[in-house]
Amino acid sequence: MTCREFVEFLNAYLEGNLTPAEKAEFERHLAVCTACVRYLAGYNSTTRLVRDALVDAANAPADAPEELVNAILAAKRRAD
Amino acid sequence: MPYSPTAEELDLVERLKRGEADAFTTLVRDRAGALLRCARKLLGNEEDAREAVQDALLQASRNIDTFHCQCQLSTWLHKIAINAALMKRRARLSRPQVSIEDLLPRFQEDGHHAEIPAPWQEPVEAGMARAELQKLVRDAIDQLPDNYRTILILRELNEMDTEATAQVLSITPNAVKIRLHRARQALRTLLDSHFRADTSDLPRVR
Repeated sequence: MTCREFVEFLNAYLEGNLTPAEKAEFERHLAVCTACVRYLAGYNSTTRLVRDALVDAANAPADAPEELVNAILAAKRRAD
Repeated sequence: MPYSPTAEELDLVERLKRGEADAFTTLVRDRAGALLRCARKLLGNEEDAREAVQDALLQASRNIDTFHCQCQLSTWLHKIAINAALMKRRARLSRPQVSIEDLLPRFQEDGHHAEIPAPWQEPVEAGMARAELQKLVRDAIDQLPDNYRTILILRELNEMDTEATAQVLSITPNAVKIRLHRARQALRTLLDSHFRADTSDLPRVR
């Protein structure tokens, strides 16, 4: 396995979508390739950082503000 | 697998098609919040996000006859809201977008990394407070080409799985996975200069 292939199929590896043979090949590559170990670590950090950067918005209450509801209903009445 | 709507959803859609005013009120009250949450994340601006949700719900009301309950009402609504939000965003963007290819890792002909990735240090070690870190990452997300940025954001919304994201963007679930992977790779490139550890005292790898 080359580094290019490692990076290309990285998400399939992380999501557990590889066959046992493919997974073993991935792990053999990781055991000998410092560059890919570093690439993977940075990739995993990126995924965590994205989650953390967007988490506040994701957990915001899903209720629409009353003034937005009223604005939309008023706009609808004007359009009808 | 064909989608079968709930009786409640079918009823609401039928009432919307008949133009019942209280059906539209129900739609707005029940659905505007989730759409707003999504639009806020795509636009990062409250006023624009509210306008996008308003445009989307009015558009949904005008086009309800084209909705045949082949997917969840919420998926259809999200699709309209996301398109409304993206149109607003494109109208605001003045800078040219970078190409995703320029942000993906490069390899030598034999498949080795063209540049050996530097190890990353933890944000704490980089001396960054959480708010500063979140802003740094959000700014980097904003630099991604729209197609990739949208996927990254949608997949962090709890209610959107790969399948729903694919329906909303009219692409295959596999294309969602590929774009998400590329988005993360590109973001890794954009964040690299902020997190790479000082490697001067580390042994070189090949």
